[in-house]
Amino acid sequence: MKILETHNLKKHFGGVYAVNDLSIGFERGKITGLIGPNGSGKSTFTNLLTGIHKIDAGAMIIDGIDLKKIIPHQAPLYGITRTFQEIKLFEQMTVLDNMLVVITERNVFGALFSKHTKLDLKKAEDAMNNVGLWGKRYQLAVNLSYGQRKLLEIARALAMNAKIIFFDEPFAGLFKEMIKKVVEIMEEMREHGKTIILIEHNMELIRQLCDYLYVLDEGKLLAHGDPGKVLSERKVIEAYLGE
Amino acid sequence: MEYFTHLLILFAIYAILGLSLNLVMGYSGQFSLAHAAFYGIGAYTTAILTTQYNWNFFLAMVFGVFSAFLSSALIGVILSKFKGDYYTLGSLGFNVIIFATMLNWQSLTRGPLGIPGIPRPELFGIDFSINFNFLMLTAVSLLFVYLISQYTADSSFGRALKAIREDEQAISVFGYNTHHFKLAIFVIGAGLAAIAGSLFAAYITFIDPTTFHVNESVFLWSIIILGGLGNLRGSLLGALFLILLPEILRFVGFPNEIAAQTRFGIYGLLLVIFMLYKPQGLLGEYKL
Repeated sequence: MKILETHNLKKHFGGVYAVNDLSIGFERGKITGLIGPNGSGKSTFTNLLTGIHKIDAGAMIIDGIDLKKIIPHQAPLYGITRTFQEIKLFEQMTVLDNMLVVITERNVFGALFSKHTKLDLKKAEDAMNNVGLWGKRYQLAVNLSYGQRKLLEIARALAMNAKIIFFDEPFAGLFKEMIKKVVEIMEEMREHGKTIILIEHNMELIRQLCDYLYVLDEGKLLAHGDPGKVLSERKVIEAYLGE
Repeated sequence: MEYFTHLLILFAIYAILGLSLNLVMGYSGQFSLAHAAFYGIGAYTTAILTTQYNWNFFLAMVFGVFSAFLSSALIGVILSKFKGDYYTLGSLGFNVIIFATMLNWQSLTRGPLGIPGIPRPELFGIDFSINFNFLMLTAVSLLFVYLISQYTADSSFGRALKAIREDEQAISVFGYNTHHFKLAIFVIGAGLAAIAGSLFAAYITFIDPTTFHVNESVFLWSIIILGGLGNLRGSLLGALFLILLPEILRFVGFPNEIAAQTRFGIYGLLLVIFMLYKPQGLLGEYKL
């Protein structure tokens, strides 16, 4: 059963369509890969579904709710969260505050009259232990290594407890041990029924993790299906590797 | 003694202004040049109500705070949609509008003539026309503003403000309506600045629009940049330093007129030096 579907989704920048008439769906509790060469529309697609870009045309159905637009701060209401291709941490805040801010009260008045609770702290601790960052909790995010910054972004997404998580190139720049850890986290999330949309360039990881695969090229759907089969299709190899 | 009391009163008033601006600028990253306008709204509301309508000072102060809340909410609704340079330019425009209103709405503000004879307050038999008593009043006000600022900064709201300062797009994706947060802190900051305005009006007993010119907003920027953005104690330190600086110039032999004229040059020079060598200020947490 699909938890997220798009129908004829379009987005253009100037005269160029970054996402062009895209109708795809994502199965609940599965890891779906979204690949394509640079500029194929993967990140734009993520930005459309998390409200960062406005949709030009088309619609989406999120867990049964029909939507023609989504505002960024509403994305978590629909159970969506994400990581970013270019890491977006709150640099001059501590690692712990980076976590707590996605756990605590979002309403202005609620936030003004509250601090984090013991339960909030426990949630932050659990998510940070998952990626091995609890020991770094009082460090400023800006002082973390590249890999640790990636892990903090992943921990933040974990702490959101969303139903649908977009991971935008989460493995880029990670060491082997860290990659193994993130793979384990994703597999565990799938076991817990989370829907993961994985944008990734490492085909080995795509084969290993994904239950289904979409390939985009110039904003359009090029191929889709079982990852093993799709990755061996000639048109995919040509588009992706330029062969 | 009277001289030091005067300096401490001025320090307390500017520390309130620094704290309130730091909430807006240092915590939420909104580089507002409109702060002197809300300082002026507090001062003018108090001056008009106490001189023309014989209101009690404390009631007038509360009304001044509400006037600042209201005006900042109206201005903030527009400003909260801007970011970066556009925000700063927009806020500059609002300071100019409020300044022009003070200057030209002569039937209410007496324009460039200013409002003289603002009475010093009295409460429970305490006569605040005695400067030491007024110092106590400003000290209590400063403590009140500091505690409110500290509470705000330590709350989940304060944490969200810092995240907005760091990356507004990212925090919005995590479920925060950043416009609401930016507007709320802008209104809170304006209300606190109005307290300083009321105190200033009652202390000096005369106000005119020149005190609330955009230059004053720049001076308040100097206080918090020098003291440290995103650090409340930094606002106190910045206010202390910049209030005492012209006095130090007098003590080292500068004639009064030259010391007064030189201070703006020194404020500017300090800003340049800090931007070059210590952009986070003396105690700042937030590096520009």
